[in-house]
Amino acid sequence: MKDDQYSGLEFLEEPSDLQISRRDFLKVAGSGIFVLFTVGDTLLAQERQGRRLPTDFNAFLRIGEDGRVSCFVGKIEMGQGVVTSLPQMLADELDVPLDSVDIVMGDTDLCPWDMGTFGSLSTRSFGPSLRAAGAEARQVMLELGSEQLKIAANNLVTEDGFVIDKTDKQHRVSYAQLAQGKKIERHVSGKVAVKKPSEFKIMSKSMTRRDAHEKVTGEAKYAGDIQLPGMLSAKVLRPPAHGAKLIDVDVSEAKKMKDVLVVKEGDFVAVLHKYPDVAEEALSKIKAKFDKPKSDLDDKSIFDHLLKVAPEGKSVAKDGDLKAGESGAKTIVEETYFNDYVAHAAIEPHTAVAKIEGDKATVWASTQNPFTCKEEIAKELGFLSQNVRVITPFVGGGFGGKTRNLQAAEAALLAKLTGKPVQVVYSRKEEFFFDAFRPAAVVKIRSGITDKGKISLWDYRVYFAGERGSQHFYDIPNHSTTAYNSSWVGAAGSHPFATGPWRAPGNNTNTFARESQIDIMAAKAGIDPVEFRLQNMTDKRMIRVLKAAAEKAGWKPGKAPSGRGHGVACGIDAGTYVASIAEVEVDKGIGNVRVKRVICAQDMGVVINPEGATIQMEGCIMMGLGYALTEQVHFKGGDILEANFDTYQIPRFSWLPKIETVILDNKELDPQGGGEPAIVTMGGVIANAIYDAVGVRMYQLPMTPERIKEQTKKG
Amino acid sequence: MEESPMTETIQFTLNGKPVQLTVDTDRMLLWVLRTDLGLTGTKFGCGESLCGACTVVVNNVAVRSCQTPVKYIRNREVVTIEGLMKDGNLHPLQKAFMEHDALQCGYCTPGMIMNAYSVLRKHPTPSVTDIIEGMNDNLCRCGAHNRIVEAIQTAAKEVKGGL
Repeated sequence: MKDDQYSGLEFLEEPSDLQISRRDFLKVAGSGIFVLFTVGDTLLAQERQGRRLPTDFNAFLRIGEDGRVSCFVGKIEMGQGVVTSLPQMLADELDVPLDSVDIVMGDTDLCPWDMGTFGSLSTRSFGPSLRAAGAEARQVMLELGSEQLKIAANNLVTEDGFVIDKTDKQHRVSYAQLAQGKKIERHVSGKVAVKKPSEFKIMSKSMTRRDAHEKVTGEAKYAGDIQLPGMLSAKVLRPPAHGAKLIDVDVSEAKKMKDVLVVKEGDFVAVLHKYPDVAEEALSKIKAKFDKPKSDLDDKSIFDHLLKVAPEGKSVAKDGDLKAGESGAKTIVEETYFNDYVAHAAIEPHTAVAKIEGDKATVWASTQNPFTCKEEIAKELGFLSQNVRVITPFVGGGFGGKTRNLQAAEAALLAKLTGKPVQVVYSRKEEFFFDAFRPAAVVKIRSGITDKGKISLWDYRVYFAGERGSQHFYDIPNHSTTAYNSSWVGAAGSHPFATGPWRAPGNNTNTFARESQIDIMAAKAGIDPVEFRLQNMTDKRMIRVLKAAAEKAGWKPGKAPSGRGHGVACGIDAGTYVASIAEVEVDKGIGNVRVKRVICAQDMGVVINPEGATIQMEGCIMMGLGYALTEQVHFKGGDILEANFDTYQIPRFSWLPKIETVILDNKELDPQGGGEPAIVTMGGVIANAIYDAVGVRMYQLPMTPERIKEQTKKG
Repeated sequence: MEESPMTETIQFTLNGKPVQLTVDTDRMLLWVLRTDLGLTGTKFGCGESLCGACTVVVNNVAVRSCQTPVKYIRNREVVTIEGLMKDGNLHPLQKAFMEHDALQCGYCTPGMIMNAYSVLRKHPTPSVTDIIEGMNDNLCRCGAHNRIVEAIQTAAKEVKGGL
């Protein structure tokens, strides 16, 4: 499958149409007729093929005869913890014990359509639909129970999977008896309200991970753990560089190996064997010549290139008059910020197992978007979409990288060509080669401050990072934000390889640039960086979050550089407000940065699982150290120079700072994103702490020892 | 020149049980575990001993199974993540990882636990520094490091040197 066949992702809010009136065939609802359908009826199946969330709550849940509740979600579990938080939502709305809920995730035949697991949307966007389904089902149980018990519904309560007589608790009927394991054709007229936070019994309670037992015993299945009878492992011949063309190939030595199968379809050459290591060995015996295109682009020249090829700017936000802002400023600060390409580098490589029977394909894939993956496979095979089933076992880390499913299409194609089940597991080198990197990007900011330390001007231009997180949240009368290429994907000719969404796409770059610039202005104004932010801010949520972080950190005001190595940064992502404070030590001689302590405060609205949300914040902080300090994809033309974790350094135990998190209680606001927000501040907060430590301002991520030494020399 | 594979029959102990296996002994243990022996708890991450997802314990010492030829385990005792439970009870490390939520995606977890097992063998009452140094070459991309350290501390207290 070629790169250009990859279906790009658009970040849209998931359409939720639970408010839309129910389908005509449900007109029996309310008539007192309780119709039961068996699993797999065609209407439901059609809805599952659709591109919207279903209107029928049965698509999300089924109450078994044994009382266990199956929860069906098109989301996948890649560590972010929705395997726990989504059942919490359903159990609470449905009034069943959390332990009685089994979750089925990312199976395109069983689960309602889903756009994909990204954008911190599972809780804030999909959550309301799941909760509404649970709330409606609970109401239906109440009505059915009322008929069964011959007691008015207002004299009944629902609890732990039972409809119970308020006056006589022994007088009760279970959901299991009422639903009998079948689809419930009764629906409630009108929208059923979901619970208010004050009514939560299971939501907003800290729960440990529900998948932990499987994961600590090795029982948890990932795509690579699916083993089918007769399955072959495939290794595909790869070009040495992006854009390289195969000139000549000799597979004769590989063919000589016992039980090795060689597939050659044009430029697509693969070797297969029942053992992946033997397939790998067979691959090494293929002699291939490639013609590499000439290119002067490398990780140094890329920024000039990007500025040269940048498309027209798109205004993201604008107010006031920049000229007035300029003339009202006492000091103008004009700076340019950069960040290099960054890899996703999940520990589980892209993996898929495909099986084809007749005109039907089943593919187990490590994917963040099984429904998109299914369409890509159907297209690759020329199969009808409804004849392709994608099953998503546990995913071993995604971070945006597993929205790209080239390996799944390859496994499917090879299964079709060989007539056998085929497994494709990327080597680490392939993982780096085919990764859709976080794009290299440039941000140019011209800003001004008045003699009173107020920001009067903000002219912000972001190139190629994308517009997420580009809007500032400060109180600036004259401002303009322009995105030159508003997505993480560039037009042909901009990036020399694929780029894609990387945890909080765009926002890491934008927050690094903005918060560095704010810090520079604070220093020029001679004002403490927390104080400077507060005096230029009217957004109450951000003020509260920043004050909470400062309080937790025990922030002592001082003008930077104070020599203490304390930095601050704020950000907004996925509806969540974040403020971070970091304490660092910098060795100017060797350029090394040691992050000793990170404090992070967050307002994410109503929290479904405080434990899970805390873990996500901690993970964001730890992962964020990498893009801040070391992670950079080196390349020369189309050659990716990173092949493994020896050169591409991701955070390790020895980097571990003391991590302190604060989640602010905000029951006024619906749940917001949790998987990404805390990572956005990590570049900025460390850059600002470095400046405070040694007076060296870093303008490029990652802030490697070499770059720190270079900046130190510049003075 | 084609080399003929060194197929031999070797004996070793796997998770407490004797195993006899006829295999090309130059193959790496990771793949033999995952394919011939069907034990998929041990994961492939990097193939070059750089990430630790494939860590298993051989004669009480953690090894990277992706770079360990099968001939190395001849007559030795191999423990994988599947072999840590005793009489249906979770190992204290497994329990502690659960209690501390010391995992997210879980892909590195078997390797983390097996490496921690080896760390506790070496340091029955480990300091935080012992744990961090001992675990430093096991990579976790999700960022569960702080909780993994806490879990190992908890497990160390529970086993008190008697793994």
